[in-house]
Order: sequence, then structure tokens, then C-alpha cells
Amino acid sequence: MNLLDTLLRCVGTLVAFLVLPLVVGQAEHKVMAHMQGRLGPMYAGGFHGWAQLVADGVKFAQKEDIVPAGADRRIFRLAPAVALLPYLLVLLVIPVGPDGLVGQAVDAGIFFVLAVMGIGVLGSLMGGWASANKFSLLGALRTAAQLMSYELPMLLAAASVAMAAGTVSLPGIVDAFHWWWVPWQLIGAFVFFTAGLAELQRPPFDMPVADSEIIFGAYTEYTGLRFALFLLSEYAGIVVLCGLTTVLFLGGWHGPFSDSLGWLWTLVKTFALAFVVLWLRVTYPRLREDQLMRFAWTVLIPLALAQLALTGIVKVAIS
Amino acid sequence: MSALLAAAGSLEPAARSYLSPTGQEIVFLLVGVLVLGAAVVSVTTRQLVHAALWLVVALGGLAVEFLLLTAEFVAWVQVLVYLGSVVVLVLFGLMLTRAPIGRSPDADSGNRPAALAVGVASAATLVTLVVDAFRSSWIDLSGPAGTTRLTGEFLFSHWVLPFEALSVLLLAALVGAIVLSRTKDDRAKPRPGNLRTALTKSKER
Repeated sequence: MNLLDTLLRCVGTLVAFLVLPLVVGQAEHKVMAHMQGRLGPMYAGGFHGWAQLVADGVKFAQKEDIVPAGADRRIFRLAPAVALLPYLLVLLVIPVGPDGLVGQAVDAGIFFVLAVMGIGVLGSLMGGWASANKFSLLGALRTAAQLMSYELPMLLAAASVAMAAGTVSLPGIVDAFHWWWVPWQLIGAFVFFTAGLAELQRPPFDMPVADSEIIFGAYTEYTGLRFALFLLSEYAGIVVLCGLTTVLFLGGWHGPFSDSLGWLWTLVKTFALAFVVLWLRVTYPRLREDQLMRFAWTVLIPLALAQLALTGIVKVAIS
Repeated sequence: MSALLAAAGSLEPAARSYLSPTGQEIVFLLVGVLVLGAAVVSVTTRQLVHAALWLVVALGGLAVEFLLLTAEFVAWVQVLVYLGSVVVLVLFGLMLTRAPIGRSPDADSGNRPAALAVGVASAATLVTLVVDAFRSSWIDLSGPAGTTRLTGEFLFSHWVLPFEALSVLLLAALVGAIVLSRTKDDRAKPRPGNLRTALTKSKER
């Protein structure tokens, strides 16, 4: 019973991990296309080109897997896995619905999530260094610098929610949620979401993969399936970030009929946020490297600290 | 302290045999061997970046050891601080300065014997200390000894002073780093964004 239960949860998480990022990817094709006044891929599969991603996957699988001659072969090959696996682990602990509908309840959920998400960047660093390409190395360095700057505001914003809920377990935080947390933690939500975007290197924070300057940053030398894994890790990252923001700041499965439809609320909120992620990509120009750093240190961190203070004051006032 | 011990089990000598280890103990030992191996490779390899990556394996293995001891909170903090930040910083520093692919001829220094002596001495001290402190005691891991709540309660009720002292130390280190990294000359530097005007001005001179 216990083993079967664990196995079922793991399989469920794996399925979600394989499906949700693809849905986000397909949504990106369509959302970007429509925001730019075009149709996007329309033919593959018939209905609005739904099979385009499958075709892309087949294309990636068919491509030759090239390792540059000067590269550090083992690390070059290992890097995509290091980039992708952390998101799978994080997805395992995000609560989807009430009554233990979660891959695996972890006691210190917030810490687990932030810690493991931070490891993903090692994949970019390893890939960028091992490619033996100056552009890749520059991209990897930018990735590392960006992660170092944006991890702090993200942690502070998450700490604010943990303070409000009085627990660091993710299901516990959702259980403790009330609707007035949304205005109360609004600044924290903004900081968390923005810092998360930067950690995923999504536009407008995509300086590490700025194609007009350094081709594709750390992933320049990658082809075929390994490149696809890096791309997949980006979309998995979007799912994870939106899921986490939902759980921490938007009340997760809370909503009308949450007893039976809790999982649906989580999914709806997650995808609404994912839509915002895609929207931002189409809307905002890329931040320059120095603007990027200054934004983290002079805007996000003070905001996160202000949110922490606000949380503390309100928490003391209502207790 | 006694409450912690009560929560974590007693330090009484164990009435258990070491000849029938549980699965958890076997995994603990295996991971321990892995950590030791990774640590040794990390200091002996001639490839700088590989050394840092082996350090990742060693530190990650330590996190697994904490997990096996049910100290979940400590394990995640270990991952967050050491894997997510310290090693990334190390790699960042290496790549920013000198990280050739392949062997670095100057990866060995003449201080190797001294470093070995220091390492062995500190390891011997720590091992003696821990072995002497715990002897053959048996700590029951089935309790809530490692949960975040318990860790937090002990940290902020019994260990507040060391905690605060460490905070002050870290703050001092932070301030020191900022002071050291400030440039001495106070020539007006071109502000980012005004680079072009600054360049043309210097040409005019």
C-alpha cells in the first residue's frame, strides 16, 4: 500500500513533468504569434498546429549530437541532466490539491524548493564552461551572476510568506491561506515572481542567452536532444515558478468548490501566471546587464525587506 | 540541552549489535564512502573545474547524510548555501579568472605536505572529538528530532547567543568585503548608460 502510493505519486509527478512544460511551450507558440499579429504554426496535426511541438521533438531527436572537439566531453554531456532534474524534484513537492494531493510532502518545503532550484544553474555553468566557446563561457558567467543576485530577493520574499503562515511546509502554507493574504503579500509576490523570472533567464531578464550578443549563451554549442533538454528545463522552470507563486501567494487550491475542484484551481492559477510569463516576453525589451544587476540590488531587495517588515508588523498586530 | 536529548533519544550506551545493520545504516556508510572519495578526488585532481564539481558531489553527499539522520532542515540549508551559492561562487570565480579545459600544470603547489598535515590533523581532532563524545550511544531517529520546528525552537531558545554572534561576524565580513572592494581613486567614472559621452569627452581632452 505504502510503496504503491509512493510509486503512484512519483508516476503522477513524472507525467505532469512531461506534459505541463509542453503545454506551456505550445501556448508560447500561439500566444506570441497572436500578440504579434500572426498565426503561428498552423498545419502540423490539423487543429491550430497542435502537433508542432511533437514534430519539434522528433526533429531534435533526429539531429546529430555534436560535442565540440575542444570540449570537456563528460561535463558537456552531463550538463543538460543537471539543468533539468532539479525541476522534476521541485515539482514533486508542490501541493496541487487539498487532503495531501501532493507528490511528496516535505517538512521544510520552501527551503527544499529554493535550494534545489538553485542547483539547476550548475547545469548552465557546466555546459557553458565545457563547451570551450567564449560566448558560452560569457553566457555561463552571466547566468551565475544573475542567479547570485536574484536568489536573495527570492528567498526573502518566500521567507515573508513563511512568516505569515508560521510554517515552512508548502501544504501548511496553503492550508493557512486567507484571501486577505493577497493584498498583504502583494509586494512579496511581485518580488518572488520577478526574481524567479530572472532565475529562469526568461525575457526581459534573458541577458545570459542574449542572441544578438552571445548567440545563445551557455547553450550555443548544444544540438539535438541535449539542446532540447535545456529548452525543456526552461519550460519546466516556468511551470515550477508559476506553481510556486500560486502556492505561496495566490492560495493554491483555494477557490469555490475547492473540495472537489482544488487541483483545477491550482492548474488555472498556474497557467494564468504562465500566460503572464509569455506576455512579458513579448512585451518588454531585454534589460542590459548593468540594469539587470541594479534592478536586483536596488529595487527587489529593498522591496523584499519592506515586505518582510510589513509581514512582521501585521503578524504581531493580529496575534 | 536535555530536552533536545529527550527529543532525540538518549546518549546511553546502545544495547545493539553492529553486526546486523539496517538498510539506512548501510546507505549511510555507502554515501559516507562516496563523500570521502569525492573529497579526495576534489583535492587531487589536476583539473580545476573538475575539482569544484567533485566538491559539489561531496557537499551533496553530506546533505544526503543529514537526510538519512532525519535532519531535514539542515540538509536543505546545506544544499541551499553550499551547492546553490558557495560552489556557484567558486565556479564563477574560477571561470572569471583561469579555468582551462584539461589539466592545469600549476594546480599543484609546493605547500602540499603542509596542507596534508593540516588536513589530517584537523580530521583527527574532529574524529576523536565526535567518537569520544558519543562513544557507543544510540540515538533513536524515529522521533521528530530533525524537523524544522524543533530545530528552530532550539536555535532560538538555547543557542541565541552563538546565533547572534555569528550574525555579527557575518555582517562584519560583509562590511569588510565592501570596504576592500571599493576603489581608492575618486575619478568620476563613466556611469553606465553615459559611456558614449564620457568617451567623447576623454577624446576631446
